[in-house]
Amino acid sequence: MDRRESGALARRMGNCGAMRTRPWVLLLAAIPALFLAYFFVYPLVTILYTGLVPNGQFATSAFAEIVTNPTMRSVAWFTLWQAFLSTVFTVALGLPAAYVFARYRFPGRSLFRALTLIPFVLPTLVVGVAFLAVLGPGSPFGIDLRGTIWAILIAHVFYNLAIVIRGVGVLWEQIDPHIEDAARSLGAGRWRVFREVTLPLLRPAILSSAALVFLFSFTSFGVILVLGDLHHTTLEVEIWRQATAFLRLDLASALAVLQLVGVTVILLIYGRFSRRTAGELPLRPSAEVARRPRTTGERLFIAATLGMLGLIVAAPLVVLIGRSLSTPTGPALTHYANLINPPRASAVFVSPLDAIGNSLRFAIPAVIIAAGIGLMAAVVIVSARGRSGRIFDTILMLPLGTSAVTIGFGFLVALDQPVDLRASAILIPIAHALVAIPFVIRSTVPVMESVQRRLREAAAVLGASPRQAWREVDLPLVSRALAVGALFAFAISIGEFGATSFIARPATTTIPVAIFRLLGRPGTFGEAMAMAVVLMAITGIAAMGIESMRGSRSGGV
Amino acid sequence: MLEVSNLTIRFDGVPALDGADLEVEDRSIHVLMGPSGSGKSTMLRAIAGLEYPDSGDIAWNGLSVLSVPVHKRGFGLMFQDYALFPHRDVAGNVAFGLRMQGLGPAIIHDRVDEVLELVGLPGYGDRSVGTLSGGERQRVALARTLAPRPRLVLLDEPLGALDRSLREHLLVEMRAIFTQVEATVLYVTHDREEAFTIADRVAIINGGRIVADDTPEGLWHQPPDGWTARFIGLENLCTASRLSELGVQPPFETTTTGVIPPEAITMSPTGSHTATVAGSHFRGGAYRVELELGADSALVTWSPIGLEPGTTARFDIDPARISWFED
Repeated sequence: MDRRESGALARRMGNCGAMRTRPWVLLLAAIPALFLAYFFVYPLVTILYTGLVPNGQFATSAFAEIVTNPTMRSVAWFTLWQAFLSTVFTVALGLPAAYVFARYRFPGRSLFRALTLIPFVLPTLVVGVAFLAVLGPGSPFGIDLRGTIWAILIAHVFYNLAIVIRGVGVLWEQIDPHIEDAARSLGAGRWRVFREVTLPLLRPAILSSAALVFLFSFTSFGVILVLGDLHHTTLEVEIWRQATAFLRLDLASALAVLQLVGVTVILLIYGRFSRRTAGELPLRPSAEVARRPRTTGERLFIAATLGMLGLIVAAPLVVLIGRSLSTPTGPALTHYANLINPPRASAVFVSPLDAIGNSLRFAIPAVIIAAGIGLMAAVVIVSARGRSGRIFDTILMLPLGTSAVTIGFGFLVALDQPVDLRASAILIPIAHALVAIPFVIRSTVPVMESVQRRLREAAAVLGASPRQAWREVDLPLVSRALAVGALFAFAISIGEFGATSFIARPATTTIPVAIFRLLGRPGTFGEAMAMAVVLMAITGIAAMGIESMRGSRSGGV
Repeated sequence: MLEVSNLTIRFDGVPALDGADLEVEDRSIHVLMGPSGSGKSTMLRAIAGLEYPDSGDIAWNGLSVLSVPVHKRGFGLMFQDYALFPHRDVAGNVAFGLRMQGLGPAIIHDRVDEVLELVGLPGYGDRSVGTLSGGERQRVALARTLAPRPRLVLLDEPLGALDRSLREHLLVEMRAIFTQVEATVLYVTHDREEAFTIADRVAIINGGRIVADDTPEGLWHQPPDGWTARFIGLENLCTASRLSELGVQPPFETTTTGVIPPEAITMSPTGSHTATVAGSHFRGGAYRVELELGADSALVTWSPIGLEPGTTARFDIDPARISWFED
C-alpha cells in the first residue's frame, strides 16, 4: 500500500516521523489553488486595494466616512446586534429540538427531521418572500412586520434552525447515555446531569453551531433586502447598495473589507470550537441511544417541540404557496400563467420562463466545476494529512464564510484583467461553484477519511494493488458522497442571489434575480410568489435527492 | 514454510518487535500468543506486508518476501474487526480476492458458493453485510480470507469480538475447516484456552521477542521460564528450598524453581503433606482449592469435593510431574 511503501521509504532514508507529500498531490493541489487564487483571492485583494487606494493614491477617506457617518455606523451596529439576537433565538429553539431528535424514537421522526432541513436548503430569497407572505402586507394573520427587526429575526431563526438541530443533534445522539446514567447513579438529579455532564460535552457543538448561525446572520442578504425594506440594512446590503445604486466603489470596498474582518474573526472562533467537537468522546451508534418516550411529560415535551417546529417551518411555506395561488377572484393559477405569458412584457425585462432556463443552464457548468475542483481538493486534503492538509482545507472553506455579495462585487472590480470576463456569462456559474466547492469538500472528505485504512489493507491482502484498492473500495464509497456534493452545488447554483445580482445582465437573469425584480415592480407581487414557489420546488427536489442518498447509506460494518 | 528471523520494528524509536524469530510449518496451525502490547499484531501485520521491518527478514520457502508488496504476497489476513466492505454483499466480499486474481465469473461464482458452504453460510451470497450477526460476519470474513486459497492464512484475534459460547463453538469449527483445506495458519490470540484448543504449536511472544515455541502439551509440561508458566496459567511456582521442605529434591543444583501443575497434586486423607485451606471455590465440575504452604507460598489445585477454609487438608505431590528451570 501507499502508506506502507512511503513509510518504508521514509525508514530506509532514515527519516522516521514526518512523511513527505508526494509530487502528484502537489500537482493535483495546483488546480484548486489556482482557481481559488484567481477567482477568490485576487478579487478580494482588488477590493482591498480599491478601498485603500481609491484614486491612485493611498487614502483612508472611505474608512473615515464609515466611522464618522452616523448612517454607516448604525448599519454596522445593526449588523452586529441583529446577528447576535438571531443566534440567541436560534440556539434557544434549536436545543430542545436537537434533544428530542437525538434521544427519542417516535412515529414520523425521520420525516420531521427531514422537514427541519428544508429551510436551510431554501434560497434566501425564497425565505424572504415566504416571510413577506406571512408577516408582510396582506398577511393572513393581519399583521405587517415588513421593515421591522422582528420579521428579520424570525426569518433568520427559520433559516438557521437546521444548523443547530444538526450540529448539536449529531453529537448529542452519539453521546453514550451511560455517562449520564453514571452521573445519575452517583446522585445527580436530571437537571444537574444536564448542567454538569451533558452541557459541557455538548458545549463545543453548541458554540460552533452558534458561530455558524452568527456568521450567516451577519452576512445575510436576501432576507434583509426583502424584509428589511431598506429601513434596516446590514453591511452586506449596504455594500450592494453603495456599489450598484450609488456607484461608490470606494465606500463599498471599505465596507467589504470591514465585513471581511468580521467574517474572519467569526470563522476563527468557529474553527476553534469545531475542532474540539472532533475530540475523543465515548460515542455510540445513534440507533442504540434513542428510545421511546415513557412518561406523559416526555410525550408532551416532544409534542410541544414538534408543534413549534411545524409552525416555524411549515407556516411560511404553506402561506407562500397559498398566496401564490390567491387572486381577487379566488384561488387560481393566474400568477403562474403570467410567468409563462407575462402581460407586462418589456424589452429590458427577461421573461420569467427564460429566467428558469438561464438558471438551469448555469447550474450545469456550476455543478461540473464545483464537483471537479471539490473532488481534487478533497483528495489533496485526505492525502496530505497533518498540518498542510488542514491549512488547505481551511483556505478552501473561506468562500463559504465570505459573503456572496463580496464575491460578486470582487468579480465586478477585479476580473477585467488579463481578459475582461465581466461581460461573460461564465462568471455566473464560476461564482456559484466558488460557493458550492466547500459543500462538495465537506460531503466527500469525511467519507474519504472514514474509508478506514483497514478496508484498504483488507483489499491489499486480498491481492488488490493500490490503484485497484482505490477503484474498488474508495471510489464506490466516495461516489455517493460526491453525488450529494453535486446536488448541493446544484441547489446552491439555482438559488444563489447575492453574487449573481452583481454579475447577471438582463439577458442572463436567473430565477432569484427575476423574483427580486418582480418584487420591485408594482402589481407583480403574486408573480414573485409564484416564481418563489417554482424555485422552492426545484430546490426541494434536489434536497430530497440529498436526503435519500444520505439515508440509504448502508452502514454498521 | 514461513521463516521469520530476527524481526525488529520500531514505532517512533520504541521497539514493537525486538528480534523475533518464528517458523511456521506447512499445513500446521501455529498460534502466536502474548499479552496485549507484546507485539503479536505487529508481527502479523509485518508478515502480511502492512508494516515494514527495520531489520530482520521474512521468508517463504527460503525466499525473502520483504520486497514483495502486500497484494502480491499471497498471504491472507483476517482482521479482528473483520473489515468487511460495507458497499458489497456477502458474495461480493468473498469474491473480492478471486476477482483480483482475474478469474472468470463462472469460476468465481462456484468458488464463492463452495467457500460459503465451507464456513456454514450456504445461500448467504446476496445478503448485505450490514444485516449479519457477529458470528455470521466472522464466518464471512473467514470465507473472504480463504477464498483465494492463500498460501498462508494470518488471523488476528479472529474470535476476539464474539461472546464466549460462540467462540468455543467457532473455534472447533475453524480447526476442522483449516484441517480440511490443509491451510498453513498463523493465529494470533491472547487467550490460552483458545490457543491450546486450535494450535498444533504455540509460540509465546513477550516484549517483542518469541520466548517459547512448543506444542501445547510441551509448553504445559515443560515451560521454559516462570513468566511463560504464569502466562499460560500454571500458578504453582515454588522455590527449590520450599520444595525440599516438602521432600521433593530438584534434579540439579542449579535449578531454582519448580512448577507444580495442578494435576500433580492429589487431595487425599492419607496424603503425606498437610496445608491450611485458604480458599475453595466451585468452578463447575470441581473445586478450585488454594492451599497455604507457609507465610509466602500457596498451591492451587482441583478437588472433587469442597473444603472448608481454615481447616487442614492432606495431599500428595507427584514429583515426576514437576518441571524445573533456573529463574
